[in-house]
Amino acid sequence: MMERPTRPFAVTRRSLLVGGAAALATPMLSRRAFAAPTELTMLAWYGHAEPDMVAEFEAENNVKFVPKYYTGGDNMLGLISQSPPGTFDVILSDAEYVQQLNAAGYIEALDPADYAFDDFFPEFQKFPGHWDGDTLYSVITRFGFLGVAYNTDALTEAEASSYEVFWNEKLKGKVGHFDWHLPNLGQISQLLGNAIPYDIDEAAWEAVKEKTLSLRPQVGGFFDYGGTFSSLNDGQMLAFAGIGDWITGTLEKNGAKVRSIIPEQGGLQWTESFSIGKGSQKADLAKKWIQYVTSAKGQAKSANMAAYPALIPNQKGWEVLNAENPDEAKRQGMVIGQSNVMDMIRAGRIQYRQLPIQQDLETWNDFWSEYKGA
Amino acid sequence: MPRRVSLYSLTFSLPLLIWQLLFFVFPLVFLVALSFWTVKNFAMRPDFDGVNWVTMYGRAVFWQAYGTTFALAASAAILTSVLAFPCSYAIAFKLSESARRWAIFLMVIPFFTSYLVRVYSWQIFLSDRGIINVVLGWVGLGPFGMLNTVGATMVGYMTLAFPLVVLLQLFSLVFIDRSLIEAAHNMRCGRLRTVFEVVIPSARVGLTIAALFCFILTFGDFVSPVYLGGGDPTTLSILITDTTKSGQQWPRAAVIALTMIATLLVVAFVTVRFAYKGRSK
Repeated sequence: MMERPTRPFAVTRRSLLVGGAAALATPMLSRRAFAAPTELTMLAWYGHAEPDMVAEFEAENNVKFVPKYYTGGDNMLGLISQSPPGTFDVILSDAEYVQQLNAAGYIEALDPADYAFDDFFPEFQKFPGHWDGDTLYSVITRFGFLGVAYNTDALTEAEASSYEVFWNEKLKGKVGHFDWHLPNLGQISQLLGNAIPYDIDEAAWEAVKEKTLSLRPQVGGFFDYGGTFSSLNDGQMLAFAGIGDWITGTLEKNGAKVRSIIPEQGGLQWTESFSIGKGSQKADLAKKWIQYVTSAKGQAKSANMAAYPALIPNQKGWEVLNAENPDEAKRQGMVIGQSNVMDMIRAGRIQYRQLPIQQDLETWNDFWSEYKGA
Repeated sequence: MPRRVSLYSLTFSLPLLIWQLLFFVFPLVFLVALSFWTVKNFAMRPDFDGVNWVTMYGRAVFWQAYGTTFALAASAAILTSVLAFPCSYAIAFKLSESARRWAIFLMVIPFFTSYLVRVYSWQIFLSDRGIINVVLGWVGLGPFGMLNTVGATMVGYMTLAFPLVVLLQLFSLVFIDRSLIEAAHNMRCGRLRTVFEVVIPSARVGLTIAALFCFILTFGDFVSPVYLGGGDPTTLSILITDTTKSGQQWPRAAVIALTMIATLLVVAFVTVRFAYKGRSK
């Protein structure tokens, strides 16, 4: 009888079938063991869907955020209007744009009982613009102040404590503008003593324009998000209008000699809030995210977000932040029982940044272009 | 006899036609239509209203930005051409065949890197505490304010266009009939005079087209005026972003974009006519 020659790595039809079946089944097995994460789309400013903010939530809920970052409220509105309904599950918006989102039907109504408003400071429990009557459309998650940003080598805190510092002779060519008319013109309006800087009559508006134009010789440039960071960081600009700790805080934490101060004329307040996109197929998960990020734990994370720090409206979030990161709580002025940022709001030193009330947005924007070209 | 359209010629011409239709004609037609739309409460509405044209053309800032952009692009075209010519001349006439190939390779290398990254890296050189000012400081000079100036914008423009201008100039210079240059020398024409009276006229088409490309690239550039010029003065590309950034005024931005396209078409037409003027077919 002839012996069949043995081949150590011979491939038989049977072994091929077994191996092939096993190979084909492997992804199914792994899918059973590790179900694919649910994708949750987020439309937001840069940083909100980065790992330092979302990794824990993603792991706990088997979710994967798919971010689409924008640079400004108009950019956000443009992205939504050009996308089919349901494209974005979670939408982060600055306060002045929530009403635009609601008017255009881009966001869902929310149930206030789902969110920890009782833990919020009273000033943020029914934030203007986030509600339409008694219907909630957006939940505030963080806020910050805009004032005078300055290089601490070039200016003292006393010098920087008035918007008038922008006209200081030693800052000629060294004053930068964050290139957006709303915060810059709002600050000039505050400097001129307008109690509500965006609600001004024609005479006051003319005065704002005149005062702004007088600043033009001092200006070294008009910068976007990245340019603002780099020109402050390398000392190219020594003072900046239209920004606050959301820029300088990030730089300061990395060793740059820059700071922001709320000047004697008062500061402006920006606010970010989360909404659920109209037509979202994952509204429950989106709600869960908003609950997470507005909870004490999520708020402490948000205050120290790597992309840019911010103040938080949740009092229990302050407690967690003070316990976990007291230095940052102190740096941002969120220490409980001491003089803190809430005192500034309660003293009336802070006004909301909002869309102009007595003029068209277009009027302000057109003037800003003229100012830049002057 | 009518010409027959062969499958062979169609195979090669159709993709180009489809490409032009998809990526030039259709967007252009849409852009024209968009310029007549209106915007209400941040939402664009299809319309046929000339308000955007009237508004933009009635604004001083638009014409100011137009003049600035045209002047900057024209200056960049002239400056880059002048600075690139010695370089391309040397590569064409002074280098060996292999050295020329290396030089061409080196001119292509910048295109491997993002233009934005190259422009950002200039900030490290040009800022008040940058490399140039530090070196100048060693000999007791400066610091000089270089970043956020028109000069810095021009540096950025050259970063964008210089290698391309050198290459385009080079390709026209290497094809000059060398016997013309030899004839000029035999007739006791000096080196410099030969350059101006023989080399440059012979390479006129290439040199002009190179300058035209520089103008086209810089006229619409956004990166250098913003990141090296500090957004000051306002150029048309900056004005487009300003216009769209607030109130969703894309129709007005379309007016600016169409004006830019029309300008480039006119400039290209005039330049090409100049380049081929007096040349027999």
